[in-house]
Order: sequence, then C-alpha cells, then structure tokens
Amino acid sequence: MIEAFTQSFMLRAMLAGILVGFMSSYFGVFIVQRRMSFMGSGLAHAAFGGVALGILLNTEPLWIAIPFTIIASIGITLLKDKTKLGSDTSIGILFAISVALGIIFLSLKRSYTADAFAYLFGSILSVQTSDLYVTIILGIITLLTLFRYWSRWAYTSFDRELASTDRIPVTTDDYVLNILLAITIVISVKLVGIILVAAFLVIPAASARLVAGTFFRMTIISIALGVISSIAGLFTSYLFDLPSGATIILVQAAIFLISVIYQKTSAQESI
Amino acid sequence: MNDIAIEVKNLSVIFTRYSALENINLGIPFGTFVSIVGPNGAGKTTFLKVILGLIKPNHGVINVLGKSAGELSPFDLGYVPQIKTLDRTFPALPIELVSTGLNAKWPAAIGKDDNKIIMDSLERVGAGNLARRPLNKLSGGELQRIYLARALIRKPKILVLDEPATGIDWIGEKDIHKIIDEYKTDFNATIIMVTHDWESAYHHADFVLLLNKVAVCFDKPEKAFTEDYLSQTFGHVGHKHEMLFSGRHHD
Ligand SMILES: Nc1ncnc2c1ncn2[C@@H]1O[C@H](COP(=O)(O)OP(=O)(O)OP(=O)(O)O)[C@@H](O)[C@H]1O
Ligand SMILES: [Mg+2]
Repeated sequence: MIEAFTQSFMLRAMLAGILVGFMSSYFGVFIVQRRMSFMGSGLAHAAFGGVALGILLNTEPLWIAIPFTIIASIGITLLKDKTKLGSDTSIGILFAISVALGIIFLSLKRSYTADAFAYLFGSILSVQTSDLYVTIILGIITLLTLFRYWSRWAYTSFDRELASTDRIPVTTDDYVLNILLAITIVISVKLVGIILVAAFLVIPAASARLVAGTFFRMTIISIALGVISSIAGLFTSYLFDLPSGATIILVQAAIFLISVIYQKTSAQESI
Repeated sequence: MNDIAIEVKNLSVIFTRYSALENINLGIPFGTFVSIVGPNGAGKTTFLKVILGLIKPNHGVINVLGKSAGELSPFDLGYVPQIKTLDRTFPALPIELVSTGLNAKWPAAIGKDDNKIIMDSLERVGAGNLARRPLNKLSGGELQRIYLARALIRKPKILVLDEPATGIDWIGEKDIHKIIDEYKTDFNATIIMVTHDWESAYHHADFVLLLNKVAVCFDKPEKAFTEDYLSQTFGHVGHKHEMLFSGRHHD
C-alpha cells in the first residue's frame, strides 16, 4: 500500500484524482439539478475531437482539447440562448461533429496510436506534471467560484426567473459555468476517460441528492463523495492493475447504490 | 408626477410576430391596490413581467418608482409568481426560499438573526409550522403562502402578485387578502394583483385594469365592472356580472 505513494506517477495520479474528483462533483450538482448530464457527454466527446487533433498535430493533446472543448461549450450555450432549439438538440449536433472530426483526425494520423486509447478509457500512467499544474490552477479557480458563484448558480438552478428578478445575470453565469465545466471535463479525461467522464460528473451529485435536504448539503456531500471515490478507485485500480476510470466509476456506483438503499429505508421510517 | 408609482406609456410587447400587449397607457398612483382582470392569454403575466424588468417592451416606456427597469433595485419590488410547476427535484426548505427574499441570493446557511426575521415572516402568513418541511412536499396553497412570505420580507414599495389565491381554500383566501390589505396600510405600499376573482377585485381594489392585449379600461371598480367593458374584455359575458355584483356596493 505505502509503496503506492513512493511511485511518482502514482503520486501525480492521486493528486490529480483528488482535485478532479473535487471539481467534477462540485460542478456535478449543477449538472444534476439543471438536467444537463447530456451536456457532460457532449463536452466529453468534444474533448475527443480536440484530443485527436492534438495527436494529429503531435502536440500535447490537452492544449488543443481545452480550447476545442471550450469553443464547443460556448457554441452549445449560444445555440440554446439564441435559437428555439433545446440544448439537447444543439448538444447532439456538436457531439456528432466533434466525434466525426476526431475520427477523421485520427485516420489522417495513419500510424496507429495507442495514445487515443488512453484518452478513451483513462489511465493512471498518463498524468504528466504539466497536467497537474493545469489541474491545480483550475482547482483554485473552482474553489474561488465556491464563494462567488455558488449561490448565484444555485439560485438560478432553483428558479431561473426568480433569480432574474433579483438581478442575477443568469445568462452570463451560464457561460461561466459551461466554460469551467468544459475545462473540468478535459482534465478529467486523462484519469477517467472520455467514455466515462459524464458519469463521473453526475454520480456523486446524484448520490448526494438522495441523502441531502438542502442544496448546500448536497454540494458538500457530493464533493466528499467525489474525492473519496477517486482516492478509493485509484487505489483499487493500482492494487489490482485495473483501468482507473472504470474502477472509479464502479466505486461511485457502489456509493450510489448505498444512497438509494439509505433513502428508501429512511423514507419508510418517516411514514 | 411624484404620486405615480408606475407609469406606462405606449407600451407594446411582441413575441416573435405575436403581440401580447398593445399600446398600453396608464399611471398607477402610490399606495393604491390595482387588480388586473382579463381572460387567459390576455397578457396579464406579461404585463407583470414588464413591471419586474424580466421582459423588455418592444415599444414604449415604463417607469417604476421614477426609475427605468435597469436602475431598479430588486428590493423595490416583491413578487409572488403565478403558481407553476415548481422544480420538485431541487432540495430546498421554505426558510431558504424566504431567505432569498431577504438577501437576494441562495443561502448556504441561515444565521440566527436572519432566522428570526424569516420565522416572523412565515408566521405572518400562517406558515410558521412549514419552515423546515421539504419544499417539494408542500401543497400548492402552502407554497403560495411561502412565496407571499418571501415577497413581504423585503418590505417592498410595490407588491406584484400573479393570482396568489389560486389553490388556496376559501378561508385561506380571506386570510391572504387580509395580510395584503394590512401590508398595504402599514407600508403605504402599491399592490398590483392579477386575479380571476371579480368579486374580490371589486371589493379590494382601488383601481381595476381590464386587460385583453389592450387596456380596455383602467378605472375605479364600479366604473370598470360594467357590462360594456366586461364584454369588450371577455367577449359576451351574459348575466354573470349581474349575478356577482347585484345588491353589493363598494364600501
Ligand atoms: N416567452 C413567450 N414567448 C412567446 N409567447 C409568449 C411568451 N410568454 C407569453 N406568451 C404569449 O403571450 C400571451 C399572453 O401570455 P400571458 O402569460 O401574459 O397571459 P395571462 O394573461 O397571464 O394568462 P393566464 O390567465 O393564463 O395566466 C399568450 O398568448 C402567450 O402564449
Ligand atoms: Mg398569467
């Protein structure tokens, strides 16, 4: 067990896991309450397009994927804001375009690359020191939004119109949320993988929703579950040599199941 | 000029080719109770949203407390929205919702001082016992009381209510009207209330706005509730209004 920490790749992965677990489960509460989980999926697949372009250009994929995904996120928010299309439709369209582009980029690369697989399924080994820096910076930004934006996003999630009457800039706040969400998704991708990142965002928040009576408690519990499941998942993945993303998701699923049972039994008691 | 709380000039609202309000002109004096009456889809809620600054008019101007929509503080207005399908999945307590009335933001935790003010406000609308019940377990009528407490807690100069009595039982409705009337006298507040209850409009309001896209009439209740104006607003009304108002007089 101890030797896990003496290995620098594991140390990096653990640190990244804690930060990414914190951020995703924090943004996850807004995703769950705003019924935006499809947005998580859509942005993850936009990240795939960005990563593929990075691989094609022989640069660090993350540096391409971050702006690529931010643009997709702004595009989705703009389409929703300015047209009559529901956000699921605009996400569906951008989703497909990004994946199509990603496939073309990878096919242009010719030489078969295992790298793409690491991004699809996530891997502990892949976390570089530079990734860690980006993650720490975003972690700090996220922490700051806890004080500045949490209450506004919460109010808007509860009732958009009521928040507007209190002069909350709901549309601008949407852009801020979706851009930070895009970055969170991209940096989560290395550990969790593109395919599972949407679930990674949503499961801790959904579990927290089942046991919390207020939105603030839901946020705190979600963050705790997100961090704990990342640590537990990474350990298990290291010990049994399993893919990190899948292991973390299964730990989260177990927590979710416990929350469902807890809620059912406590609901019965109160009858 | 100074005794006008809300002034509306040539106001029109058009939703992509569909006009919801056409050329409305009126001035609502301070400290008056205005009832807005009109059929479904008449633009009543739209009119309230223009007052609240949620909808920008396509033509014309509106001045509330002598200010334009952009200059208005959220604490100038209290709003009880038309009962709609509340997001029943959002984890929240009534005291939290009422605290947004006090602080204009969603609370993380509620301090002792705020808690006392919020409880007073809830007691005032007869909902003290509901303070910590999950919001999604409340009935429609209970929810309306919570929204009323939320609107009153900021002591607004203008109170805007969209069919607040919907879903409230008969005794409760008398209660709510009493609370609103008390608030109006205590704070010399201006009350703008959309209602489908002509009788209560007739008895409580200082002015009635008969609305159906256009302002058919804006006048004292006994002047507004005439066969002629009502049929212009609702189409043919038959003998309904005679049955309602026969033998009753304002004051
Ligand atoms: N955001 C919107 N976009 C397009 N049309 C709208 C919008 N809001 C309202 N309308 C239309 O404007 C008209 C007036 O709506 P409004 O909600 O103001 O009516 P109302 O008088 O409050 O009716 P009710 O008695 O049913 O509450 C309706 O025909 C409605 O369909
Ligand atoms: Mg209405």
